[in-house]
Amino acid sequence: MKGVIQLEDGQFFEGEASGEWTSAIEGEVVFYTGMTGYQEVLTDPSYRGQIVVFTYPLIGNYGVSGESSESGEPQVKGAIMWQCSDDDNHYLADQSLAAYMEEQNIPYLTKVDTRELTKAIRTKGTCRASIANEKTAPVPVEAAGQVYEVSQKEKQVYGEGDTHLVLIDFGWKQSILDELLAGGAKVTTLPFRDIADIYDIHPDGIVLSNGPGDPKDVTGYLPQIKEVLDTYPAFGICYGHQVISLAYGADTKKLPFGHRGANHPVKDKKTNYVFITSQNHNYVVTSESLTDTPLEARMIHVNDGSVEGVVHKSKPIFSAQFHPEANPGPQDAAWMIEEFFALVEKKGVTTYA
Amino acid sequence: MPEKVLVIGSGPIIIGQAAEFDYSGTQGCLALKEEGLEVVLINNNPATIMTDPEIADSVYCEPLTVESIETIIQQEKPDALLAGLGGQTALNLAVELKEAGVLNKYGVKVLGTSIDSIQQGEDREQFRQVMQETDQPVVESEVITDFEHAKAFASHTGFPVISRPAYTLGGRGGGIAHDEEELETLMKDGLKASPISQVILEKSIAGFKEVEYEVMRDKDGTCISVCNMENVDPVGVHTGDSIVTAPSQTLTDNEYQMLRTAALEIVNSLNVIGGCNVQFALDPKSKQYYIIEVNPRVSRSSALASKATGYPIAKMAAKLALGYRLDELMNPLTGYTYASFEPTLDYVVVKFPRWPFDKFKGANRTLGTKMKATGEVMAIERTLEAAFMKAIDSLDQTLPTFDEETTWEHIKAPTDARFFAVLDLMRQGTSQEEIFRATGFDPFFLNVFQNMLSWEKKLSEDTSPATVKEAKLHGVSDAKLAEITGTPEKDWIGFRNKYEIAPSYKIVDTCAGEFEAETNYVYSTYAGNTEIKPLEAERKALIIGAGPIRIGQGVEFDYSAVKAIESLQSQGYTTIMINNNPETVSTDYETADRLYFEPLKLENILDVAAFEQVDIVFTAFGGQTALNVTEEIENHGYKVAGVPAKVIASLEDREAFYDLLQEIDVPHVPGEMCHSADEARQAADSYQYPLLCRPSYVIGGQGMVVIHSKDELEAALEETEAKHYPLVMDQFITGNEVEVELVSNGKDVFIPGLMAHIEAAGVHSGDSMAVFPAQVKPDVQEKVETYAEQIATHVNYKGIMNIQFLVNGDDVYVLEVNPRSSRTVPIVSKTAAVPLIDWAVRAMVDETSELPSVKPDIPYTAVKFPVFSSHALAELDHKLGANMMSTGEGMYLGKTTEQALAKVFEHLPHPDSAACFHEGKDDDFAKWLSSKEAAVYHNEEDTAEAKQKRVEALKAGITIFSNEATYQAYKESIGYRNKERIALVQPKGNEVMI
Repeated sequence: MKGVIQLEDGQFFEGEASGEWTSAIEGEVVFYTGMTGYQEVLTDPSYRGQIVVFTYPLIGNYGVSGESSESGEPQVKGAIMWQCSDDDNHYLADQSLAAYMEEQNIPYLTKVDTRELTKAIRTKGTCRASIANEKTAPVPVEAAGQVYEVSQKEKQVYGEGDTHLVLIDFGWKQSILDELLAGGAKVTTLPFRDIADIYDIHPDGIVLSNGPGDPKDVTGYLPQIKEVLDTYPAFGICYGHQVISLAYGADTKKLPFGHRGANHPVKDKKTNYVFITSQNHNYVVTSESLTDTPLEARMIHVNDGSVEGVVHKSKPIFSAQFHPEANPGPQDAAWMIEEFFALVEKKGVTTYA
Repeated sequence: MPEKVLVIGSGPIIIGQAAEFDYSGTQGCLALKEEGLEVVLINNNPATIMTDPEIADSVYCEPLTVESIETIIQQEKPDALLAGLGGQTALNLAVELKEAGVLNKYGVKVLGTSIDSIQQGEDREQFRQVMQETDQPVVESEVITDFEHAKAFASHTGFPVISRPAYTLGGRGGGIAHDEEELETLMKDGLKASPISQVILEKSIAGFKEVEYEVMRDKDGTCISVCNMENVDPVGVHTGDSIVTAPSQTLTDNEYQMLRTAALEIVNSLNVIGGCNVQFALDPKSKQYYIIEVNPRVSRSSALASKATGYPIAKMAAKLALGYRLDELMNPLTGYTYASFEPTLDYVVVKFPRWPFDKFKGANRTLGTKMKATGEVMAIERTLEAAFMKAIDSLDQTLPTFDEETTWEHIKAPTDARFFAVLDLMRQGTSQEEIFRATGFDPFFLNVFQNMLSWEKKLSEDTSPATVKEAKLHGVSDAKLAEITGTPEKDWIGFRNKYEIAPSYKIVDTCAGEFEAETNYVYSTYAGNTEIKPLEAERKALIIGAGPIRIGQGVEFDYSAVKAIESLQSQGYTTIMINNNPETVSTDYETADRLYFEPLKLENILDVAAFEQVDIVFTAFGGQTALNVTEEIENHGYKVAGVPAKVIASLEDREAFYDLLQEIDVPHVPGEMCHSADEARQAADSYQYPLLCRPSYVIGGQGMVVIHSKDELEAALEETEAKHYPLVMDQFITGNEVEVELVSNGKDVFIPGLMAHIEAAGVHSGDSMAVFPAQVKPDVQEKVETYAEQIATHVNYKGIMNIQFLVNGDDVYVLEVNPRSSRTVPIVSKTAAVPLIDWAVRAMVDETSELPSVKPDIPYTAVKFPVFSSHALAELDHKLGANMMSTGEGMYLGKTTEQALAKVFEHLPHPDSAACFHEGKDDDFAKWLSSKEAAVYHNEEDTAEAKQKRVEALKAGITIFSNEATYQAYKESIGYRNKERIALVQPKGNEVMI
């Protein structure tokens, strides 16, 4: 059956639809350039509400497995691929990607010239798009507040480690929790709306999670968040990094088409070390807005020089715009999580940055 | 930063070390020159672009030995050495130079990865130690002397285990045990077979997935993975003999990243500066993996990864060796991202090996841990099915066919035909499960193969435009359509035109379209739209490449193609290259103005020509592969450079050629044209044996044999395919062969000199040693030149041509003409310092072009010598004959012919020493063979016994002489041994200066 994805500016790309739809599926359209990791992408809360274009043409080669989901459910609004495999031969695969997409009711198109579509997004910038059986124009409204959809209702406790960390929930990825647990922590996930509850938990440190959309969606909580940051050693990942920056007075802006994929080089100004990171963000902390804050840019994107991580000049707080927990993508920044554990464990020492 | 760098090349092409080092070496040298460094190159392979005087400041075609390099270091006084570009040869030499104290003595600093690190990567024990320190698993193995220990080892590692008895030849007494019972038998046999009663037991990882990563690392430890690749053939077949995909296809993100992280850790722990290849074995059923090997240098895989991604590994490696960081170098393909940005693909790549077994019917085709392929092809597409089909189309060979009994033989012990045998079985309905059990091919790939095959059935039932379009998406070529439907290929071209079924063209940009990249690296696909416009140019030339390296069509053809591109560019042409060999300079996207990475089938060439609307097509610089499509291209309305196809046919088709020679009164060897086996039998009856039988349209003398009897004739006819008729039955006349390379503009003919073979006629020119410029009798020289001029001017020839002559006393006969650039062009060009290809191209495109009337003054003599890959094909009798067997060639210069010849043999002991075995004089061959000093064996007999002895000698790594003339040259060379190390002179127009 025919399917079409149309962008805000009217450009459209035809393919085959995964089903017959009564109404168009709409969302912000973004592209992912990694060659593996489709399952992680589909289930990552940071992709909440988005239509993801996979640039690698063969998606689904190794099926879908119990161990690769980043949350309990698919998060994307839809997916665009060249080919969606029905292969389930990998030993870990519970089912094929095609079967999963159908079971989970994720609308998708195949046989779309994903390279042309990607170039259109690159040129036009991230925009709204609609998927339908016939050409349908998307409604040009900016989605907002996805973070309220993915942040869980209740706090949860995981693990039994000696170090107690609170994972501030903006829509956390499973891999972040896994990494913290693997590091020997007991982790309490806490919805950001309940951040005041943290003082009853008495954690050793906090991790601000990833999350979808615009960090300014949580502007109302920034004073509370700043207070918490002033109190505990903290590490921010992606959305969490942006929230830390906003809390201390920096600003964020939207990138033309974001950073997504598994191949972004980042330089640590402290050590001059360059490493490859996994990224997925539309918004970025503006470098000039850091001037009058207690924060400094520590991590810089090698290609475009954008801020990829900050560090507090006097407090045990630092952050990464990318994903040190990987999944999908390279594990080259895993050392940052270790660094955070070290920071938490030597709490009380005050020379940072 | 150093000022003058010595670069060591990889030497003549042999199996396992081929054109990829020309590509890497050329890139590396140019990168050094770009940084303003003076480059001194030592490489005795004349057929390469790398040894072109433009690539390095001084080029030495001299022996790749410590002594030779030391002399060059004395002469040139370089302050640094770059050894990472010349394969294992260069790496080993660097280690030897260090150990001999040469580097210290002359203050030569090693650039890039240090010698210590190289040794850690290469030395088995040191490597194991480093892996242990970095906590990376290597396959467990243990030296065992009794069954009890064997049992303990197996219970620790699990079955199956492999046993290799120590100090036995060819794995005698070894094998694989799947249970304790088998192990007991195996140990009994193994311990008995080993003279020291020792076996090495190793955990078997046969059937594991084989995955490679190409990693770059700079001096400050930044690492990136340029590309990963997955072998379709699981562990057990050498990666050079494996079908490979890029990126990996069946690895989850978690597995991909796990191995990537391991690769980076290893490269870091080895302190590599530059490129490094890491090979893994991954259990298909768990996360268990092992490191198979590490190559701390550019390699065949890095060339493949460069072409698969567009990321120029060798160029970047050279810059990293000079001290640059990855985050300060730009990625030249995007011009936007830095070299630290990891490439990502939005297409799939399939590499397919090209084996020499179509020429070597008698060779052992079983594949294992020793590489046997001479070359490879690569295909880019957006479905795997199409990528596989394109790769197969690129092989340029008759695909194997099977009868019921033999199919499984190619699978049980894998041969080069395994892939095709699998397809055949699947076609007949054998279950995937059964094939999986026999091959270990991942079911994912078997599904892909099944999809490919499904088109054979679908298209035999339905050829509607929609179905054909869908089939194209999965790589079904016009030729395949013709094969399935019985409708000729040309009709399919018409069909596609009518229904507008044409490929799209997309670019390789390293970043999956994320950034704007003005790249000129293009592939065709039916999946999606064309994203490029035809090049805007006044004059557009399409140059057809030579495809994969095979015996008879090697890197020398790539040299010609690259030089032709340079010439055309200098004349204001916009150049377009079409080729499919990932190992070459011609497929470096920096070579032509646009590169189409495509099969060289007529369909692909015509599609490109039509899309680009090219003005002129060059078929003379891609060996026989390109020349063979001349007529078809012309028939489709394109202008072919040089002479019309009918002229080429009059020179190539033996019958027409003999008529032509008679017309101009140029003598040829008495012979007859035979259009069928019956005609051949009749012809044979009218002459006296021996006869020389030559088929038409072949590469490297394939199927060419000297026939001594009726039986041999029948055997030869049996081997000859229909498309190689007519064949010529010539009287076999003894004599010496002389060749010329000439450039003609139709009026004038330029012959830089004569090349004379050392061996008597009957030995293929590719396998002969030859001297250039040759000193022959003046009247013979005059005859040769006159005949050559007569032929060229008679057909109003424009371009380059190779003519082979037979000289018997004062008689000169024409043997054959190759109306294209030939194997010896780079040798003649470099030695005479004349730009033959440039002149040839000018003669082809410019009516007013002129040729020099004076011969070049050549200050030295060059000797060309063949190099055989007997290490990989030791079971073959390498007795020199009409069928070419060498995989590469070398060249040395001397002030005299004798001095140049002496260099060819300088690594061999004195012929009178005990190291040499003389049939008839010495006895007890077996005893001699097992002696430590055994080095040279001379036997020219044609008997079965002689053949067997030669093979035994080759297997033991002995140099054999099977031809009297070669042997005499060796004996006589002793008195001329010398230490002259001579750099090639730079071409300076028509003048040659010393």
